[in-house]
Amino acid sequence: MSIVIDRRLNGKNKSTVNRQRFMNRYRKHIKKAVSEAVNKRSITDVESGSSITIPRRDLSEPTFNHGQGGMNRQVHPGNKEFITGDRIKRPPGGQGSGGGNGQASDQGEGMDDFTFNINHDEFLEFMFDDLELPNMKEKALHETVEFQTHQAGFTTDGPPDRLNIVRSLRSAHARRIALGGGTRRDIRQLKRELREMEVQPGAYDEERAQFLRDRIKELNGKMKKLPFIDDIDLRYNNFVKVPRPSNKAVMFCVMDVSGSMTQEIKDMAKRFFILLYLFLQKNYKQIEVVFIRHHTAAKVVNEEDFFYSRETGGTIVSSALEMTRDTIVKGYSPNDWNIYVAQASDGDNWEGDSSVCSKILINDLMPLVQYFSYVEITDRQHQNLWREYEGIQDKFPDSFAMQQIKTAADIYPVFRRLFEKKEA
Amino acid sequence: MSDDNKTNKKEPLTTSSEWTFDLINAYDHELARIANKYRLDTYPNQIEVISSEQMLDAYASIGMPLMYNHWSFGKHFLSNQQRYQSGQMGLAYEIVINSNPCIAYLMEENTMPMQILVLAHASYGHNSFFKGNYLFRTWTDAESIIDYLMFAKKYIADCEEKHGVEAVEEVLDACHALMNQGVNRYKRPRPLSAGEERERQKEREEYIQRTLNDIWSTIPQQERAQEKTNERFPKDPEENILYFIEKNAPLLETWQRELVRIVRKVAQYFYPQRQTQVMNEGWATFWHYTLMHHLYDEGLIDEGYMLEFLHSHTSVIFQLDFDDPRYSGINPYTLGFRMFMDIKRICEEPTEEDRRWFPELVDTDWLDAVHFAMKNFKDESFILQYLSPHVMRELRLFSIVDDEKKAYLEVDAIHDDIGYRQVREALAAQYNLGNREPNIQIYNVNVKGDRSLTLRHYMHQTRPLSESAAEIVKHIHRLWKFDVRLESVDGEEIKKTISCPKHTESQKKTGAMIGMT
Repeated sequence: MSIVIDRRLNGKNKSTVNRQRFMNRYRKHIKKAVSEAVNKRSITDVESGSSITIPRRDLSEPTFNHGQGGMNRQVHPGNKEFITGDRIKRPPGGQGSGGGNGQASDQGEGMDDFTFNINHDEFLEFMFDDLELPNMKEKALHETVEFQTHQAGFTTDGPPDRLNIVRSLRSAHARRIALGGGTRRDIRQLKRELREMEVQPGAYDEERAQFLRDRIKELNGKMKKLPFIDDIDLRYNNFVKVPRPSNKAVMFCVMDVSGSMTQEIKDMAKRFFILLYLFLQKNYKQIEVVFIRHHTAAKVVNEEDFFYSRETGGTIVSSALEMTRDTIVKGYSPNDWNIYVAQASDGDNWEGDSSVCSKILINDLMPLVQYFSYVEITDRQHQNLWREYEGIQDKFPDSFAMQQIKTAADIYPVFRRLFEKKEA
Repeated sequence: MSDDNKTNKKEPLTTSSEWTFDLINAYDHELARIANKYRLDTYPNQIEVISSEQMLDAYASIGMPLMYNHWSFGKHFLSNQQRYQSGQMGLAYEIVINSNPCIAYLMEENTMPMQILVLAHASYGHNSFFKGNYLFRTWTDAESIIDYLMFAKKYIADCEEKHGVEAVEEVLDACHALMNQGVNRYKRPRPLSAGEERERQKEREEYIQRTLNDIWSTIPQQERAQEKTNERFPKDPEENILYFIEKNAPLLETWQRELVRIVRKVAQYFYPQRQTQVMNEGWATFWHYTLMHHLYDEGLIDEGYMLEFLHSHTSVIFQLDFDDPRYSGINPYTLGFRMFMDIKRICEEPTEEDRRWFPELVDTDWLDAVHFAMKNFKDESFILQYLSPHVMRELRLFSIVDDEKKAYLEVDAIHDDIGYRQVREALAAQYNLGNREPNIQIYNVNVKGDRSLTLRHYMHQTRPLSESAAEIVKHIHRLWKFDVRLESVDGEEIKKTISCPKHTESQKKTGAMIGMT
């Protein structure tokens, strides 16, 4: 009478749609929680998923219930010393008078916040929601061209493994109809004549009938000779290779490491760079990162040195810009690469150098890069570099952006402002 | 021990704690044989083995194997998942669905003894309750629920495609808020139609009915209008708010009415379960206890199995005292289990007290008695009929009165000779859905004027509504689309009114509307 069914192999993600619905509905809340999480987290931790907390009152599903007050009688188990007529002080919050809250028991946490986990991908999605990479282009690569195979109709020639049986038999069928058409018509006509002769006894002519029979037989034989399938019927699936444009990006991290840059400022810069890196990662398959640090002279270094080695001395920003330009020219042709430059500094620069910077940027660098972002990490007044850069922003409003970061909490909002979706 | 004893006893089918499909089949076979001896009449069983993730999924869709999509199910899923993964919550060993065949889920993580326990509990306990209890027999259609849900899921998915997820969600949100007010309490609803065809046909019928419905007719009928100025619409208050909205809301489109109907049908399906929690769980627990002991007596399971079973059984029927910080009300398993055990005890070994209290039970066949109780009662009447002084003493039940007019709570009855009846009545009243849920009814529609809808909350012992009421009035307004008022009435006096929209400027609009007609 009973049937036992193993359902373990059935899909287990039945709730995915509902979960998605929930996330969409509370997008605003989740986004807020994510941006708080981004600011609070340590740098290395930015990439993992997160637990999201939403105040429970915001997602209540109301039902009609009795509230506090009125007269209420309730039976409880486990009496120890009470006798009829005992008076008890009303417990604070009126616990136990909340009538009909028998069903509230399974949600025992009451007014706690609602907490759930989102995974890494969702975290990034919410983090970079509504942001876009400016001027993103697909650039073809000539050296290691990637191909993708596409179905592209049918051909009359090809290797046997590509034979398309349905198509082949269909064209064979068509051919047989076409070639046999006339013969079949003749047969039909002869048969009709023969039948008519047979039903009209007076008109029956033995000789003529015999002739008709022979003729029908002959024509039938002819029909049989039509080949069932012929070479010209064969059809083969056709595939073509289509070169795929590749998305490659290179990100230049440029940072001032002169004496005025404290470890704290560097940490903030690092967070900014990591955000940018994650964001690029979301948009491009392959990303290379080039670290260029500078004081009075610039140097391409590895990540460790970039963030943690200490240098002293003055600041000449143009040296880094030149280095960037040279590196691009040497290894990263703008035809093949999407180039993004992110520069972080505390705003100090040697007086005479700022105009040089702006010259390099305008003439050499800006035509090469997709986007240049500059963050000034300082809580002081803007320095001369900022003013110089403002001029560049006016010239390249689409591909140049600059923002100021005062505290760590600014990093994510500033990042969002830099990559905000532009109104089309 | 003597050899005679051994020959009577069978060998256990297994002693390993690992389950296999063969073993489940074998034990199910034995259970069916024993259940038959106890006259447990069940729907055919469909036993499905699932993983814990699938169990979480099933939880989220209120236990049903399929359900339409809604964000709130996602919310429950996330919250259960979070609590399960952080170890705050264990999963139920089983979910059982009132359908024919009766679907029961077994979790693959369970050990073999647990699987037997779940089979006994769900596939024979709950199953026979679904088939036997008068509420389920009257109010639900085990045959067609799955078909109906399939129809509902598809219909709602189609609506989402046509009208957008948000538009559908808005209606569903509002309906979910009114779900408990969407059931017929006294009239048996028409059976759920199995196929879409009949559904479609009904929908057309309704559509015609609505277009012919003269309450919204704008053709002036002056004489009649004057005659009946004081007549309310509906004539008698309507307690099924969703039903009233489905049939009478002026501006809903046909598909929106159908959504209201679907939620209403689902609510109706679950209505008996809400009224028989104690009985249903008590019955199932009583039978898993009895069946497991029977298996053990026959020698089909060994002591190890029995110990694991008893361990699990005791934690299921564990009742926390009222002063325990984790206390959250009376455990329906405990109360129900003890009451059924007590009926059996009264039949077999009555005391002097029992003879006074239950003369009709004493010295009768216990099996007849429990079957009769299962078939003909709901929680409220079951407690009123069968809760014995013995059980009240065992659970040490006492009743407390909380009157807001007084500064203290008063113990008005305990488990003693004077108090038994009072405690029993109080406990029964506590399980009366009519007391537990606020009594809210459609009172009037201003048919001739601004079409505003008035609902009345008839206060039970002057208890007010909780704060969420204002939210729900908004939801009703979303469906009704004209002004909605909710009046809390105590006797004849209106204590409190909630209205939506809050600032009623509809007077002017009304004027314009009347002018038009």
